[in-house]
Amino acid sequence: MDILLQQLINGLTLGSIYALVALGYTMVYGIIGLINFAHGEVVMIGAMVALSVMQMLTGSSIGLPGGLILLAGILAAIPVCMAIGYSVEKVAYRPLRNAPRLAPLITAIGVSIVLQNLALVIWGRNYKTLPPLWKVKLLTIGGATITDLQIVIILTALLMMAGLLLLVHKTRLGTAMRATAQNRTVAGLMGININVAISAAFLIGSGLAAVAGMMVTTYYGIGHYQMGFLLGLKAFTAAVLGGIGNLGGAMLGGILLGIIEALGAGYIGPLTNGVLGSNYQDIFAFFVLIGVLILRPSGLLGERVGDRA
Amino acid sequence: MKYSVALSLTLIAAVGLSACGKKDSSSSSAKSAESAPPPGSQVVKIGHVAPLTGAIAHLGKDNENGARLAIEDANAKGLTIGGKKVFFQLVSEDDQADAKTATVVAQKLVDAKVAGIIGHLNSGTTIPASKIYYDAGIPQISGSATNPKYTQQGFKSAFRVMANDIQQGLVLGNFITGTLHAKRVAIVDDGTAYGQGLAGEVEKTVKSTGATVVAHEFTNDKATDFKAILTNIKGQSPDVIFHGGMDATGAPMLRQMRELGITAQFMQGDGGCTPEFIKLAGEAANGYKCSQAGLPVNLMPSAQDFKTRLEAKFKPVQLYAPYVYDATSVLIAAMQKADSVDPAKYIPALTNISYDGVTGKIEFDDRGDIRNGFITLYEVKFGNLEVLSSQSTTDAMKAVIKTN
Repeated sequence: MDILLQQLINGLTLGSIYALVALGYTMVYGIIGLINFAHGEVVMIGAMVALSVMQMLTGSSIGLPGGLILLAGILAAIPVCMAIGYSVEKVAYRPLRNAPRLAPLITAIGVSIVLQNLALVIWGRNYKTLPPLWKVKLLTIGGATITDLQIVIILTALLMMAGLLLLVHKTRLGTAMRATAQNRTVAGLMGININVAISAAFLIGSGLAAVAGMMVTTYYGIGHYQMGFLLGLKAFTAAVLGGIGNLGGAMLGGILLGIIEALGAGYIGPLTNGVLGSNYQDIFAFFVLIGVLILRPSGLLGERVGDRA
Repeated sequence: MKYSVALSLTLIAAVGLSACGKKDSSSSSAKSAESAPPPGSQVVKIGHVAPLTGAIAHLGKDNENGARLAIEDANAKGLTIGGKKVFFQLVSEDDQADAKTATVVAQKLVDAKVAGIIGHLNSGTTIPASKIYYDAGIPQISGSATNPKYTQQGFKSAFRVMANDIQQGLVLGNFITGTLHAKRVAIVDDGTAYGQGLAGEVEKTVKSTGATVVAHEFTNDKATDFKAILTNIKGQSPDVIFHGGMDATGAPMLRQMRELGITAQFMQGDGGCTPEFIKLAGEAANGYKCSQAGLPVNLMPSAQDFKTRLEAKFKPVQLYAPYVYDATSVLIAAMQKADSVDPAKYIPALTNISYDGVTGKIEFDDRGDIRNGFITLYEVKFGNLEVLSSQSTTDAMKAVIKTN
């Protein structure tokens, strides 16, 4: 029982990070129908910026408390990621807004490669490491342990998701974004500045990516220029799992994917009687994805949108 | 919707592939040694391969530094081989610790007509590449590939200058059950030729001493999250957890172990026995134990001088720089002995060589393994690797023969 609880905690932490990244994919898809492959790289850049700032601060002899260093990292990463998200949309996607669907998709891949190489030039090829910011405290719940850092990660993720839902459903900007998502032309005719709404989706998505990047790098203490690819892929899977274009779906998909991964790695051995070991842990997540795509092609919470794509 | 998802997945696969292919173009181009060849001398190219990018680039760079220093030393002596002044040139390549890239790079070096190869760093890259060097008749000396298979293939061109993992696994396994008195041992391997091989040898030894292997979990050399497998291991309450893998994965693993409240001792082989591990693991590193397939630097005959010179020029020694230095020097010594830089002529000289290197006497057995290697056990105390004990591999093997 305590093992199950522990795996759930592991999965929940991982899942909240996936969920934050998945939100970025799903917001952009919801509003302009584009799968923004560069999103994983925005997470990576957020992680690297935060890492560099935190490394500098821990290296200096001022002796700042860990929480403050964390705050400095995040305050540096968010504006940088937002600036990147905004300019990528403006430079690479806006001119193609009325082009055939394939064009912006390929552009997105191009942007992803450009950002990855940019990071390579700036930070080099080596793994960057972060010394632990503070001595983690272990809390024991029913035989399972959770660190204070994990609690911070899960709570922050939940807060950000709640904030996003409020923003999208309760504010004028949110209404404008939803209207743009429903029908860009009509929204424009109704006096909504669709450029602002779309830019807002990119800015918010990139801000969430910065926070997610920060979480990954403080949780694992490691960052490198290729870390965005796999994370982006997993988050995209999560978004599809939940129903891409649907905010609640991305959150559900992210958390589910994290938990499926943790349980998969934990129980694949006993379940298959030792035939498959934990080296097959990733197949669980993808089995679930394939299953969902076959049975519910629009994802768990996705609506059937006939003419998208 | 359906189509866009399918299309996206295809495109993702395409990006994945392109990402695999595009990585190496910039750094792998041959870097020549610092100075230009003096006029009238014959240029002899020596290839060096290690991962210079990625998670263990620090170890690759460490190896390269060893080779570079050896080449500079040889050039400074102004050697004459076969009646001609020779100038050695290091051609350094990056295999990204990836088996496929390793074979591509190996072929590239063969085509560039190098006279000998130093490397590769990982067993998983050294073994597939060794076939290419063997077919081309070019000798290869690795200063760090410890998987026994490398020299068991019957290739006359394959050599290594430190102990192998049968010997290392034996010493580690006996230490775990004998000195640490562990009754329950959990094994994790990273699925590489090195990690899997060493973990297997440790498991074998642990079992032969009557202790129980309570879990054998798997990960990979690029993973960052180990909590799921560690939680499983925690349920088995082991005394010792052994990880067959490198420092870049081992250190986060140890940190996550402690975060899960696992108090078992953590051990690794040579891949995790580096100053980098201590940096990555932070405070959790204290009490961590590991082994290296060689003597500690302060017991090496003339390594202190080597270490000062290397560190003056490059960075502090991580792990195998002295061994790679010796590998390079012994290759050049064999050329001198045969008075030829033609691989066909100097391989026999290499087979029978007796050379006093910085790491000790280098003589090869008929497989290409070092005749008398050493395994040293270390423990991290106050943020430093400190020697626990050193054991000659011939003694370790004899002890086994006696008990069997």
